[in-house]
Amino acid sequence: MKKILTANISGGTKISGYEALKKTLSMRPEEVAFMVERSGLRGRGGGGFPAGLKWKFLPQNSRGTIYLICNADEGEPGTFKDRHIMEFDPHLLIEGMVIAAYAVGAKQGFIYLRGEYGWIAKFLPKAIDEAVREGLLGDNILGSGFSFYIDVFRGAGSYVCGEETALIESLEGKPGRPRLRPPFPGTNGLYGKPTLVHNVTTFSCIPFIIQNGPDAFKAASSTGRGGTKLFSISGHVNKPGLYEYPMGTSLRELIYEAAGGIKGGKELKAVIPGGLSTPILRADEIDVSMDFDTLAAVKTMLGSGGIIVMDETVSIPRVAQKAARFYAHESCGQCAPCREGTAMIKLLLDRMVNGQGEQDDLDQVMRLCRYINGSTICAFGYAVSLPIAAMIRKFRNEFEALLENR
Amino acid sequence: MNKITLNIDGRELQAKSGQSLLSVARENGIYIPTLCYHPRTKKAGKCRICVVAVEGLPGLQVSCSLAAADGMIVHTYTKKIIETRKMIVELYLASGKHDCPTCEADGECELQDVAKVLGIEKSGFPMSDKGYVTDSSSPMIIRDMNKCIHCYRCIVGCNDLVVNEVIEMGYRGSRMTVVCDLDSPMGDSSCVICGECVQLCPTGALTEKKAAGKESNRDTVKVRTTCPYCGVGCQIFLHVRDNEILKVTGVEAAKPNYGSLCIKGRFGYDFVNSHDRLKSPLVRKDGKLVEVSWDEALDYTAKKLSQIKNDHGPDSIVGIGCARTTNEDNYLMMKLMRGVIGTNNVDHCART
Repeated sequence: MKKILTANISGGTKISGYEALKKTLSMRPEEVAFMVERSGLRGRGGGGFPAGLKWKFLPQNSRGTIYLICNADEGEPGTFKDRHIMEFDPHLLIEGMVIAAYAVGAKQGFIYLRGEYGWIAKFLPKAIDEAVREGLLGDNILGSGFSFYIDVFRGAGSYVCGEETALIESLEGKPGRPRLRPPFPGTNGLYGKPTLVHNVTTFSCIPFIIQNGPDAFKAASSTGRGGTKLFSISGHVNKPGLYEYPMGTSLRELIYEAAGGIKGGKELKAVIPGGLSTPILRADEIDVSMDFDTLAAVKTMLGSGGIIVMDETVSIPRVAQKAARFYAHESCGQCAPCREGTAMIKLLLDRMVNGQGEQDDLDQVMRLCRYINGSTICAFGYAVSLPIAAMIRKFRNEFEALLENR
Repeated sequence: MNKITLNIDGRELQAKSGQSLLSVARENGIYIPTLCYHPRTKKAGKCRICVVAVEGLPGLQVSCSLAAADGMIVHTYTKKIIETRKMIVELYLASGKHDCPTCEADGECELQDVAKVLGIEKSGFPMSDKGYVTDSSSPMIIRDMNKCIHCYRCIVGCNDLVVNEVIEMGYRGSRMTVVCDLDSPMGDSSCVICGECVQLCPTGALTEKKAAGKESNRDTVKVRTTCPYCGVGCQIFLHVRDNEILKVTGVEAAKPNYGSLCIKGRFGYDFVNSHDRLKSPLVRKDGKLVEVSWDEALDYTAKKLSQIKNDHGPDSIVGIGCARTTNEDNYLMMKLMRGVIGTNNVDHCART
């Protein structure tokens, strides 16, 4: 792995040497917000919520405290985009956060870093110190009178803490369990104050938008909506890794051109397009444009852009079993359908894969997926039920074979 | 407070703005089952049994937590809602040890009630054992976490109502369980045994040790009375069968305690049927305590006090009021000392 650079800001990071920040400080905050809104930037963590709209939920022109949080709790299986930004271009993230803070009137920001990213926790504060030293962060940024501070907080290794209200609870020092909504973080977030939470990659899009304008951002995508996107490609491909492509690039192109096709000349069987929590696609469904709306139309999601490629050797029931184990382990346990439901799905899939399934086990798993969906406190319910239901729906014969051959 | 109008199951209903959907429904006789909701611990949103569908909002919403809004259209009885409720109750029944015939809470269990209302005879899911060992370390409370449904009522009660701050949810996922302090046995923890958690528990996870094996929910008469221990006047129910108190619970909807009690009020009822209990006054005659009538005892006491006052002066006598008596009784004690005896020597048992 490359040695991390945190020095040499004036030499410029890849996208800018804080040029976008300089431009920002010459604008009024509402002009900055308007540019982001016009760019059509949508949350890159998985939800795809329009960033401009999220900013509008915050109190406008308020003198009260507003907190800014960067969600760097990258826990979605198959996703490794945030860590690359933080490793190789931490100043892009810092610049994006300062610009957002200026636009919404936040004075204090936090980076909630995934517990397992210990090595990033070591040097991220160094990058922050560096920015402070150069007057790009801290008191009176570049002499503008605007001040903003960032602290790094390291999580303790829980998937649910990537959910924004659980993240806020954890940041407050409590167990990471999602809150009931309403109220939403836009009005009652960290310590009860209005709070804006964005993913690392969402913040990192902002400097480009400010520097080059919303239209240039839109034009960077192949559909005219949404800039570029980082795709983490893993699994049975020749060149697994992180690829930045225009939003709307076809899934086939990403697998066969970017990632060099299937390893060992085998056949493609299935692809999970946006991290484990997104419904699976069959090999015949990969001629699809990788953007929020197109994927929603085929009943899956862009999610975090974590593409997991599986070749013909993969047993989908085993994939479902591994997924169920993960969700049962990571459920916070707070609400009944998720706590009991994930444990039950795991139990049923375990015994099916082990050749001890009962005839109605498959129907019971589908029943659980149907009714966990929409009845839980947070989106974890969707995250577990949609992908497992899709695996069973699309590869039902493999599950049925387990029950017949027991 | 603003009046609003909303539609529940096709009925136009009036409500106060900010009122929960559950409370609007209950006021109007619309049944929505609940498990984690309790009037004193309020909204919880944990069990998800009270889910309803609100037009325009995604998924299902929990009626105990969602505030009614003007123009809202709510459905409480769709297939999705009923099936979701059934799934949750069947999951509860399949996990842990909900063996009604042997459970202390049989007959007073909210999980049992909801299962019956939903027409569930048997869980469709395979039974799995949580494998917790019953914690009998507390002198008064038995904790069987296999029967816990994670409603959080005991936690809100301990932390927010009586503010003893002993219990919290520990661990996560299906291993999540209520822990005392840092997961100590209850008897070794900082628990002061007020029994608030037992009072709030909807199932048999927390039960009274002294009532164990006595079928305290069957053929008992609930006698409402005032706790005799102090002047606060907490309202209690004595659960009585054959002149024996099997357990004591707080009266939920009554001042001044609204169901909360202390260790003495909830668990200190042994004296009622104790062999050591004094039932008539005793006077020492020839070196032996002898049972006498109240008249004789009072005459004897009055004579002796008058004699002491004559021989040694009024300040040789002191009156000690009792914490268990009412303010009115303590006032009379003061009157007796100052007006009849003629001394200012009046004090209180908690200070002497």
